[in-house]
This record gives sequence, C-alpha cells and structure tokens, in this order.
Amino acid sequence: MTNNVAERLLGYDDEVFGVEHYQSDVLPRWCSGCGDNAILTAIQRLCRDEKLLPEKTMFVSGIGCSSRLPHYMNAYGFHGIHGRSLPVAEGIKMARPDLNVFVTTGDGDCCSIGAGHWIHAIRYNIDMTVLMHDNGIYGLTKKQVSPTSPQGLKTNTTPRGSYLPPLNPLSTTLGVANVSFVAQAVDWIPETLYDIISAAFHHNGFSFVRILQRCPEFMPDMFDPWVQDPQQMLLLEHVNGLHLSPELGKVYTNQEAHDPADINRAREIASLTEIIPVGVLYRNEEIPRYDDIRRPRGVYTNEKIRAGIEEELDKYTI
Amino acid sequence: MLETAADSAEKKAPGKSAKPIVKLAEHIVEIVSDSGEGAQRCGQSFATIAARSGNGIWTVEIIPAEIQPPARSIEGTSGNRIRVSSNTVTNGGDEADLVIAFNEQVLLSRINANEIKPGCIILLEDKWATHPDANIAAVYTETRDRLLGDGYNILEIPMEVECLKHVPDAKRGKNMFVLGMLCSIYSLDLELGRQQVARIFAKKSDAIIKANQILLEAGHDWAAANLEIKYQIPAVKKSDPQIVVNGNTALSLGVLASGMQICAMYPITPATSASHYLSDVFNKVGGLVHQAEDEIAACAFAVGASYAGKCAVTITSGPGYSLKQEAIGLAVMGEIPMVVVNVQRGGPSTGQPTKVEQGDLLTACFGSHGDAPKVVMAAANIEDCFYSMITARQLAETFNMVVVVLTDANLATAQQPIPRPEFSEEWLAPPVDQSAVPKDAKPYDWDPKTGLAPRFVPGRPDGMHTLTGLAHDQNSKVIYDPEINEQAIEKRSLKLAALQKTLKPPPVFGGDQGDLLIIGWGSTKGAIEEAIERVRADGLKASSVHLQFLQPMASGLKEIMGRFDKVVIVENSWSDDLEHEIIDENNQRFSNLAWLIRGRYLVDADCWSEVKGRPSKPGAIERMIHDRLQ
Repeated sequence: MTNNVAERLLGYDDEVFGVEHYQSDVLPRWCSGCGDNAILTAIQRLCRDEKLLPEKTMFVSGIGCSSRLPHYMNAYGFHGIHGRSLPVAEGIKMARPDLNVFVTTGDGDCCSIGAGHWIHAIRYNIDMTVLMHDNGIYGLTKKQVSPTSPQGLKTNTTPRGSYLPPLNPLSTTLGVANVSFVAQAVDWIPETLYDIISAAFHHNGFSFVRILQRCPEFMPDMFDPWVQDPQQMLLLEHVNGLHLSPELGKVYTNQEAHDPADINRAREIASLTEIIPVGVLYRNEEIPRYDDIRRPRGVYTNEKIRAGIEEELDKYTI
Repeated sequence: MLETAADSAEKKAPGKSAKPIVKLAEHIVEIVSDSGEGAQRCGQSFATIAARSGNGIWTVEIIPAEIQPPARSIEGTSGNRIRVSSNTVTNGGDEADLVIAFNEQVLLSRINANEIKPGCIILLEDKWATHPDANIAAVYTETRDRLLGDGYNILEIPMEVECLKHVPDAKRGKNMFVLGMLCSIYSLDLELGRQQVARIFAKKSDAIIKANQILLEAGHDWAAANLEIKYQIPAVKKSDPQIVVNGNTALSLGVLASGMQICAMYPITPATSASHYLSDVFNKVGGLVHQAEDEIAACAFAVGASYAGKCAVTITSGPGYSLKQEAIGLAVMGEIPMVVVNVQRGGPSTGQPTKVEQGDLLTACFGSHGDAPKVVMAAANIEDCFYSMITARQLAETFNMVVVVLTDANLATAQQPIPRPEFSEEWLAPPVDQSAVPKDAKPYDWDPKTGLAPRFVPGRPDGMHTLTGLAHDQNSKVIYDPEINEQAIEKRSLKLAALQKTLKPPPVFGGDQGDLLIIGWGSTKGAIEEAIERVRADGLKASSVHLQFLQPMASGLKEIMGRFDKVVIVENSWSDDLEHEIIDENNQRFSNLAWLIRGRYLVDADCWSEVKGRPSKPGAIERMIHDRLQ
C-alpha cells in the first residue's frame, strides 16, 4: 500500500475491497455460537460494500463482550472504559467530522452503567451508528443480571430469580426528545441484520440499533421460542425501511407495513412483549444534529486565531 | 456628553481641596452587602479603576454558596476585598483598613471572621436605624453601639436616602453610589469611574449607563461634601500594557491562546465561570465548549476529542475531579494527551464550594487506580493561570500525557493587573497529523530511554490499531504477558522522568541559605513571599521556594533544602497538630506537599497549614516564621 495520501485517494475508485480488508489480525475470541460473530460479519460486509477507508473508520466501544469488536476490525478502534463509549465517540466525532464513527456496546454497557450517556446521546443526535448488542446478561463478568434480563432469571447475583421486569431499550430510546433513528435486529436473521445496520449507517444522525444477540454460554435458550417459531417475529417492511427478500418473506410471514415516520406506531411496536419486532421502527432525517449545530464554521488560520485572541485581550487592557 | 458630566461633577464637589489628603502606601478595603446588592461588582470596579490609575491591586471575593441566601444574615455576606497599593500586590493581605457595609449583619460576619483591623473606619448604611420593623432597628442600634464601644470608627451613611434622590429603587444602584464614594475617598479620577460604569453596562441601554453614572457622581459628590477622610495611594502607571483579569478569566484566555479548540465541562463551583467566558468567545478561535451531561461524560468527551487529534481540556473542581478519575486513567493508559484543570475548593465531598483549599494535590498526583503517571502543575498567580494552559497543552502533546493544572477558589476570583501577553505562533497547536504511517511502524513504539512513542491519530493511513484501556503491547494488542505488562508500565512512567530532565531548579526567594526555608505551591505564593520580605526586613534569615511542577518535581530542591536549618511546608491542606493529645509521630498526618517532600527526600520537613476556607494571610505566615526561629 502506498504511503502517499493523494495517490491513495486517486486510486480509491479502482481499489478492490474485500471483507478480509476489514479483518484485523486478531481472531475473535467470542464463544463459539456467540451472536457477536454475526454482527461482526455484517459490519465487515457493510464496510466492504460502502468501500469505507479503514483509516477513516472508527469503532468505539466500552467494556463487555460486545466491546471487544473493535479489536477484530481493520480500522481505528477505541476500546475504552465501561459505559463511556458514547461520550468518547461524541468527542471523536466533534473533533473529526470526517470519520465514520461506529459504537458497539452492550446491554450492561449502554443500558446500565452508561444509561445516563445513552439518554443524552440520543438527544444530541450526533452522526454515528450505535449497535447495542443485547443478550440480556453480563457475559464477560460471568452471568450477572442485566437491566434487560427477563424477570425471574436466575443469575449469580439473583440466585432465586431476578426481581424486576426488564428495561425496554426501544421504548426508552423512542421516549427521548430529539430521537432520530431506532431499529431492532436479531443475530439469527443475517440478511435483515445487514440491511438494518446498513440503514443505520446511511441515516443522517444518531442511529440506534438494538440487536438481540444470543449468548450460548449463559443464556442458551433465551431466544429459542422466537428462533424456532418465525411466527413469533414481526417483520416491519416499508419502502422507507426494511425490504424483505421474497425468500425471507416466505419464512417470516408475520409482517407489518410500518412507516418509520410514524413515531406513535413505533412506540406501540416497541412495547410489544410476546412478539419480537425486526426492522426500522423510527427514522427522521430532519432532527437537528448537535455536531452540525456546534461545528465551527469557516477556516481558522493562525492570523484569524491571533485576531480573536488580541480582541479578547483588548477587552481587559487598562 | 461624558465630558460635560465630568465638568459639572468637578464643579459640584464643594470643599474638595480643603480636606487634607493623607498619602498611604496601601490600604485594604472591604465592601460587603447582602447577596444581590452588587457589592462584588462595586469592589471589582473599584479595583479596576485603581489598576487603571496605575495602582497595584489584588481582590478577594467574599461569596456565599447560595444564590439567594437570607437578607441581613451572616452566612449571606457577599462582597469583595480590594488591596490597593503603590506597588505590585500579590495577595489579599492582612486585616482590612476600611469597610463599607450595606447592613450591620454582613459587617458582623467580617468582624467575627477576624478580617477587620481593630478600630478601623466603617462606612455603614444607616437606614436600618429607622427601619419600620422595630426588631431590625433595635438589632442595628445595639450592634452599632457595641462596635463603637469596641473602638471601631463607624460613620453612618444615608446611602439609601441619597440614592433615592436619583433612582426609584436603591437596591439596584447603591453599589454605584458606593463606588463613587470610594473614588472620592481614594482621590481616584471620576472619569475613570464613568468609563468603568460604561464598560460594566456595555451590553445595556444608554439610559441604564447614564443612570448608573449619575449614582456614581452622586456618591462621589456626597463623600466629597460630607466625609472628612481623603486618601491618596500614589501610583506609577506601568509603561508596558497591562490587563486586569481574575484567575478564571486568565485561564479562559489561556485556553483561547493554547491552540486547544475543545473544552468539555459540567457546571461546578468555582470552576464554572471559566467556562462561561469561554462559551462566549471560544468561537473566535474555532473552539467550542461542550456542556456534557455529567463530569464523567465531560472527561470522556475530552478524551475522545484528544484521541482524535484535537487536544482538549476539561475544567472542573474537586467533586468533578473525583468523578473523572477513571477516564483520566484511560487517557494515561492510552497515552492520550489531555489537559485537566481542577479549580480546587474545600473538601472532601461537597465541602466548601466557594472557598479555597489546596487539598487535591495528592489526588492529582496519585488519583486513578493503578500506576497512572501524569503531569501535575500548579498556577501560583493570575499570570500563571494564563500561561499554564499553553504549557499544559504543549507538554500533553509532547509527552502524550495527561497534564493536570491545579488552581483554586482564591485564584479563580482574585483580580490582579498582569502584563498583557504578547502573542506567539508557538502557542498554537500544529494541524492534525494525517500523514501515512511508515511501514511496519508500531502504535506504541516506546523509546527505551524516554518511554516516548509516536501517535497514530485516526485518519493516518496504515496506522490502524485499536487503542485499549487493557494492558497492551507495542502493537496495541491486548496482552496477558507479565513481562510485557511490566515493560509498558515502565515506559509510561519513564515519560515523567524524561520531562523531569527538562525542568529547571526552582528559584529561591530571599537568600540562598539561612535558618528557615518555606516551600509552597499554588496560590499561597504571594502571601509567602510577602511574609519572607517582612521577616528578612526584621533581620531573619528565611527564604522560600515555590513549586510550579509538583509531578515531576524539578531537580535541585534537595540541595536548596540542605542549605537551610529548617524546612517548613506552607499550604492550605490539613495537617495534624503534634500538640494534640493523641497525635504523635506514629499517626501524624501531614499536609499534601509535606507528604510528597518527606517521601521523596527523606527530610524531616515540618508543615504549617490551615484550612479555614480563606487565603492564608502574610501576617500569619510572618508570625509562624518568627515562632519557628525563636
């Protein structure tokens, strides 16, 4: 690969991008059968199809199984501290609007220790793609209850069953002012997983995708009723949302034509408990973006900066 | 229009020249009122006028923690102390020489706090004597008579009555009347007063400016006609341009000049005013202030921006600093340059939000779990607040380290004239490096001697790697290898030593050798050096050293200490008193810097510290030196 940036960009159109282009030399260390592998594959396919320059692509994560994902990408990665991936990603995007910013987080990282940041990140609506891997359990620390664990779940910290009904990440997200994109995907339908991540990537603003993800180690049966019975799934199809292939449509016949502009229906769909909806629940490209509003306009040459400093010093000069 | 007003004011001042003018070398003035009556603005304005006349000044804010504390209450006292001198002033001095009080309760609060010189002149609003509430009138009269009995020279002033001749509501504007009185008492040019009023209300209408100028003139004329006191503090105007700012404004100007363009913060006293100002003007240099949802987010945001190539600053105070610790550790581990400002206040916990303390030094040096080496420097005066931001950004980016800058509530609100900084291109940050990374280069290619490594900022072709808070090797790969882990810790530590090699030994104030050496840091510098000057004038052989860098510390301190019989560390953080019945050498706790100096140099350095929530007075340090050298 050439070291000359201009030459590199000139050759960009001719360059062939394969999935392997985005695979790092670190082999994924997730458990076999872990849903995170499907998410990783979908992301690598997306990078290939969008021909994203690895050096301009940024994966930010916190702590947890999901947050190992940046290590497996050939891109810039930031594997930070528990719960803080969103404010780190906000700082990156504000400093560098030229970067494609992805955040991979989990139900503990996002909905528990990082919940405060999550709420505010939705409201800031900074342009980034957030993938929340939701397996309903703390995996890396070995089976403790998470905010999205089903009520009654026996874990190492709730040996007689968890006490409270789970938090609903979709309803929560849809309840925050300035929300602009909410979708749900499942790891066991790779085609829609890819399509939804792709829609999220193309969204202008903060796109939040909750991905139901199986943890074979600690929650082996959690999603069995839905995996085994496609009728328990509700696929949201719309010209402005998810498109189902004819093959997939034959398997998942329980469908709804849902316009992602309809936030009221989106909230109803989000609150379904027995049925798992898959697709784009809400999308609004017109929502103001904090990064866009706050972005300094104009070119700040040293002369201009100096003039600004002198002007302020003048104010205090006696 | 202003000139006409000036002319008439001069004419209206009867008997002005008849009064004898007493020349003073310096005076300390306090103006105190209920919160919201404008004593702070009055004090700041008086200080600015004096500074513009060429006087040395230092101001100390007297500030309640609440926005609207009860009226006429001791805890609600708000105001300003202004030390005015013929010479440069570096601290708030000892007890006040003249007090202007808007009611007797706020006056009492200052007397109870031992801030007022016995027998000094007190100008007291007299409206309370005839207050419709008999209780208030009685309390006022009783207090006034008691203080007169104690020897205070109380002059009752009909401030309210006089103001009402010009405005319908005296609550807003009495402070300008008082400002006018002060201009007369201290023989300051009233035209400078008018200009100051115009500056204060620059964003308001002409009518408001005019109304306040009328009050200013009224106060001036009233004092000229009715007061016997008339002072002059001779001033020599400096030839080089000066600016008058408080520490937080100086800090903001420093950020503006430092090349940093992102400040992430969360509101907290007493740091916030720095961000207020920055929010207003940062866009002039392409910068932005992000008010995050909490302190942790503010720090994480700064970490993200810094990582992405724009070195950022996060500004906070004690509790916020505690909350940022984990994110600071992440920046240390990832070797991300970042500037963290801690405007210290009284602690622990919520402590004393508006009061000064220097209790965060050890937290700054050793905070965040594990071995988290970071640079810690402290501003000792207003000028330092400005330049420390520029230095901090440069050090952060040179060493890929977190640089913590400590200031405190004393510096935050203290005003002082300082030489106007002269712009240098070197202040500004270089553009974000987007060049391709050389083949086979490693993201943490630590230099074995200095620990330094180049940085792969996102966007640099072929530099792709994942930065991680986990232990990692030179390739930024997560490792569990004991040897590599230890080597990485060593490299991050070495950077402090590499920086230390560039530091000059601290200068000694006073004589190079002697009987007693004081070591200080931060905002106590002015008071310490004034005390040293005083005791040296008395013939004592005492000197002082003030540390700008607390971590790493410059070489040379050991040799300096060796030239003195005794070493006393002076600071505003807690130390146990050996006189206490259960304190002995096995359990005595030392003040912050004393721990550091004793630990590093194995010297039996003593400490003198106070945590009264107010700046240490030169007189108190002076007495301590006399005691120790007896």
